[in-house]
Amino acid sequence: MEPILFILFGAIAVGGAIMVVTRKHPMASALYLILTLFAVAAIFVLRQAHFLAAIQVIVYAGAVVVLFIFVIMLVNVPENKLPVERMTGMRLLGVVAAGLLILESAVLARRYAVPAGSSVDAGSVQAVGRALFTDYLLAFEITSVLLLAAVIGAIAMAKKKI
Amino acid sequence: MMEPTAYLLLSGILFGIGVVGVVARKNALIILMSVEIMLNGVNVAFIAVGSHLGDPTGSIFAFMVMTVAAAEAAVGLAILIAIFRLKETIDITELSVLKW
Repeated sequence: MEPILFILFGAIAVGGAIMVVTRKHPMASALYLILTLFAVAAIFVLRQAHFLAAIQVIVYAGAVVVLFIFVIMLVNVPENKLPVERMTGMRLLGVVAAGLLILESAVLARRYAVPAGSSVDAGSVQAVGRALFTDYLLAFEITSVLLLAAVIGAIAMAKKKI
Repeated sequence: MMEPTAYLLLSGILFGIGVVGVVARKNALIILMSVEIMLNGVNVAFIAVGSHLGDPTGSIFAFMVMTVAAAEAAVGLAILIAIFRLKETIDITELSVLKW
């Protein structure tokens, strides 16, 4: 069952990602981004990472994309004033470099061979919560400081007079 | 459970598509979305290997990546709004004040 679902959701994720980078209007890109994020959440569920799948839907599809859509509507560039995308030599080189990156990751992924671990529910809420509040407590607290800095930075940036 | 090879390949493909979006587009909003796709590709690799090893550390790292992505989106979009208010454009090729 897992291979079928993996191919299904993997294809949705990749197709959505391609649509995100090829659409002209950013609003279409944002809607395809939601599709990709939901497909990635389904892939997390396939790997038994239920906590991360829930966080993916709540934080990404629920908060980050809504923020993007807010900004698209706030900025509201008319259709005929969107940047004109032309395929220059530099851009083509960038696309070729990205293709080489994918090829390289495919070669490296084929080489990956580490024996599987014993625990089966490493991604459950219980296991992740226990690790987060014992071994990684300092990292968790630093994360809250990072979010505070981001909030202050965003407010300072978006103020009328800098 | 499947071997993580296919998941690592998917992760590489998502990251590569994000790279294409960052280097080949001019619209600053779409560039920020492509960065989100890249971070998601990295998360797929973390989750795949973490569940393969039976270790919650993979989930913890993916959690940290998501936090950083949320902070990056908030600050990046705030900068974008400030730039748009100043220059009336979101075309990154027109934002060349720091270019020598």
